[in-house]
Amino acid sequence: HLATSLPLPSERDHLRPRIDLIVFMIDIKSKYSLKNVEASLAHVDASFFLGKVCFLVSGVGRMNYCSVEMNAIWKLGEVYGSPVLFCELELEGMRVATAQRLLRMLQICAGHVPGVSALSFGSLMRNSADD
Amino acid sequence: AAGLRPVPVMESADGAARTLPSLGQLSRGRPFGRAHGLFGLSPSSRLLPPAPRSLENTEPQRAAFLLRKQWTLYSVTPLYRFSPARLGDYARLLSAFIAAEKQKGLAVEVGVELDIKVAVSSLPDLKGSDQDPAGILVQLSLRSPASRKNSEEKLVWSGWFCCVFGDDLSKNVTEDFTCLPLFLANGAESYTSIVGSWFQKTFDCCFRRLAISPLSLSWMAAMWTGCKVDKTTSAMELVFSVPCLPYPLDISYAIHPEDAKALWDTIQKTPGEITQEEVNVFMDCLYSHFHRHFKIRLSATKLVKVSTAVASAHCDGIIKFLQSQYLTGVLMLLTELAISQIQ
Repeated sequence: HLATSLPLPSERDHLRPRIDLIVFMIDIKSKYSLKNVEASLAHVDASFFLGKVCFLVSGVGRMNYCSVEMNAIWKLGEVYGSPVLFCELELEGMRVATAQRLLRMLQICAGHVPGVSALSFGSLMRNSADD
Repeated sequence: AAGLRPVPVMESADGAARTLPSLGQLSRGRPFGRAHGLFGLSPSSRLLPPAPRSLENTEPQRAAFLLRKQWTLYSVTPLYRFSPARLGDYARLLSAFIAAEKQKGLAVEVGVELDIKVAVSSLPDLKGSDQDPAGILVQLSLRSPASRKNSEEKLVWSGWFCCVFGDDLSKNVTEDFTCLPLFLANGAESYTSIVGSWFQKTFDCCFRRLAISPLSLSWMAAMWTGCKVDKTTSAMELVFSVPCLPYPLDISYAIHPEDAKALWDTIQKTPGEITQEEVNVFMDCLYSHFHRHFKIRLSATKLVKVSTAVASAHCDGIIKFLQSQYLTGVLMLLTELAISQIQ
């Protein structure tokens, strides 16, 4: 399910399936996308931040077009205790790899992978990012 | 028939997308706080340069040649075994190189007998700290073939290397290397290619077009707005390029310089220092003002050009200096950008 901002319209609440993972997409070329994400985060229930939220930063192949300061993105990941992934959507290989990663994360968050919970996976990702 | 054969030595400004690290590396960023992250974290604050070193006080004619000209920016890796005492030799060698390239058919103008004179000189005042090497100026002039005796020389190309507060780079290299990371060129691209080739061959260095990101441009907008200028006749102008449209669209946003300065003065807290937060607040104010009037979100577009009374800069790496008293300050920022492109 794709949305340009949160909260989701309440009219369709009853038709919506359970949400297992929220991926906030930030385009490094657009300052507005960061602001939009920051505003949308306020509408997310606290329980999601136990491993069911991640930030996906796109456009990193072209740092010359960067309109967003990286410090702000890192801080977002820290403040909300959620992993930050990077990708370049213009590269097919990276698109596919990123989609596969997100799918894997989603499987874990939906409880389809025995022995791994969303929370344990989230803390695993955070610890590996500190390497 | 002589034609133009490209001398493929300069990387385009778009080189970034073609020199990506491996997929694995790219998807792992670096945590907050590391100095040289994969994505070159921009500093959270920058110091403004100390008392402006005015070139006009010492060599008025020197300063004049830098101002009000469009300079294309390059980053240059350290030069190996460059000697400031051999500038005359370098001029002769470069001259011979240009003549040889001409022989090979790389004529820059078809069908015209060219006699290019090369001058290489030092710009001792063009530096930040005493540790910086002096700037180096290269000039190409055309001697008119008609009368060799009282020949008029027409300056056709200028290029200069400089380093303003470049300690970050020079502290990491050995004595054999001279760090002059910023190169500025004015004149035909073909001459830039030839001169660049010669330097690359002779000093084992590498030139790359220096692109300026929208983030860096917004820093420049904030920094230059804060500068005191005597005659504020020129408006501050920001140009934005709108993405994702089938046709190219640019938005030009002109702001009265006094209004811009008044806004900046309410934002900047510590004199002599600017923080990322202050730059953000400044730009956000300008963006929301624009949104209130035109319902267009400039923060979703790409800032491509900034023009103020101090200088104007374009994201493709083009700069124009308009005030000699702030030359050092602008060069300091450009040197920093060049160094981070090199590293």
